[in-house]
Amino acid sequence: MPTREHSAGHDVTPALVVDGVSHAFGDKTVLDNVSLTVPHASFSVLLGLNGAGKSTLFSLVTRLYDNVSGDIRIQGHDVRRSPSLALQQLGVVFQSRTLDSDLTLSQNLLYHAALHGIPPREARRRAIEALETVQLTERGGDRVRNLSGGQARRVEIARSLLHRPNLLLLDEPTVGLDIGSRESVLEIVRSLVTQRGLGVLWATHLIDEISSSDNIVLLHKGRILYTGSVAGMLEAAEVSDLRSAFRRLTGTDEEMAAA
Amino acid sequence: MSVDSLGTARPSAAPVEATQRLGLGAYIVCFRGIVWREVLRFLHQRERFLSALVRPLVWLFIFAAGFRQVLGISIIPPYESYVLYEVFVTPGLVGMIQLFNAMQSSLSMVYDRETGAMRTLLVSPFPRSYLLISKLVGGVAVSLLQVYVFLGIAYFWEIEPPLIGYVTVLPALILAGLMLGSLALFMSSVIRQLENFAGVMNFVIFPMFFASSALYPLWRVKESSPLLYEICRINPFTHAVELIRFALYGQIDWSSLAVVVGCTIVFLGAAIFAYNPSKGLIARRGGPGG
Repeated sequence: MPTREHSAGHDVTPALVVDGVSHAFGDKTVLDNVSLTVPHASFSVLLGLNGAGKSTLFSLVTRLYDNVSGDIRIQGHDVRRSPSLALQQLGVVFQSRTLDSDLTLSQNLLYHAALHGIPPREARRRAIEALETVQLTERGGDRVRNLSGGQARRVEIARSLLHRPNLLLLDEPTVGLDIGSRESVLEIVRSLVTQRGLGVLWATHLIDEISSSDNIVLLHKGRILYTGSVAGMLEAAEVSDLRSAFRRLTGTDEEMAAA
Repeated sequence: MSVDSLGTARPSAAPVEATQRLGLGAYIVCFRGIVWREVLRFLHQRERFLSALVRPLVWLFIFAAGFRQVLGISIIPPYESYVLYEVFVTPGLVGMIQLFNAMQSSLSMVYDRETGAMRTLLVSPFPRSYLLISKLVGGVAVSLLQVYVFLGIAYFWEIEPPLIGYVTVLPALILAGLMLGSLALFMSSVIRQLENFAGVMNFVIFPMFFASSALYPLWRVKESSPLLYEICRINPFTHAVELIRFALYGQIDWSSLAVVVGCTIVFLGAAIFAYNPSKGLIARRGGPGG
């Protein structure tokens, strides 16, 4: 049990550290010396337009392929050197739908638990727990194809929690959801941050998903333009609202999503 | 998840679950989970089950019945007497079931990779090669289901190999399934787009199937075209079919066995290399979605 007292959390290993990572496909540089930190109990927004390099960064953190320069550490474990330990601490919700629509919610969750080596009995217990967390307790026996988009997303969140990770990555999780579903997904994830102390990295291009207490990581054309608090970002851009701050810092005028 | 005293616990505000090395038990759980998912998915997709079964049965009931007057089969091993064309073609159709199943699971992998299900698999903390091999075995398990149901129906069509053949054919089916599955797995890592896959079906499945001993004995092919004969002989699918044919009659075709094992090792090695996060093709191409 964690009993030792500590101050502002400086002695705590952050959930995610990305340090000086660059990545290129052929001649095309997609990430240029990217560094960011996601502390525990923080909701960090990775803000960027499509093509900013968010997906590549996610591919590197989830180790679809290795970073060739810099370091990525999840809960202190280097993704390249000790991938198994790092991936055990990582929960992911991908942008595209990744549930088996022919199978039931429970079957999907049990499959995922198996991927993390969780024995069946324990897995069933955790699956029920996870469905409670996302308020779908009654639906365990339903086929995924009978769920709405927002419900399916919530199942994916439940799934990402089964192995009890310290870091949760979500890649544009609200794309294609109606307003009500978007809000409920955001609310669930925010409560994971406040109640369980998870470090969350939430990639989006939608400014209205940001709340004033969030950490912002502004990624534009493969480079980090700003990291820090919302207030700090407004100050840096010398404007009063985030939308203008985004435009000012990235030098884009019209492109920003209208949402 | 019982042992947590590996020195990884650290004081923290967050609910840090002790990270641990994955034990043998966890490996087994993971393997079972992946194989079970493949089987479940197959059983839930009725149309896939049906079409997997109807395809070889159409060949058996219609094509073979019409063809048997055209093609007489002489006595060649492993058969001890003249056999009907239906009997001859059955191992070839079994091979076809496995070929289609492997390519279909490869198709699902291309699709999976695009939708992200493959990525869900690949963020598992187990070694990537282990995950891929587990997935491969899942595909083989599905093909075994299909083959035995097919053989069961064929039995009532007077294709009656010795009963012991149903047992001895099992290792041959597993080997053939592994070979075709690892070929498909490798292909899935090379192909990026679904529409390209349709082309591969034409350029891989049909040539492999027709330029083999599945439909006609090779000595017949030799009579008409020595070149085609040589092509058939180097086609790994020919050896898969022959391995199955002999095994179904309780015999071992050693040269086919060697070819199938060798090809499996080569294809599987290529697939694991292609999916390797630092060296593989995925890393070079940027993977799904850029």
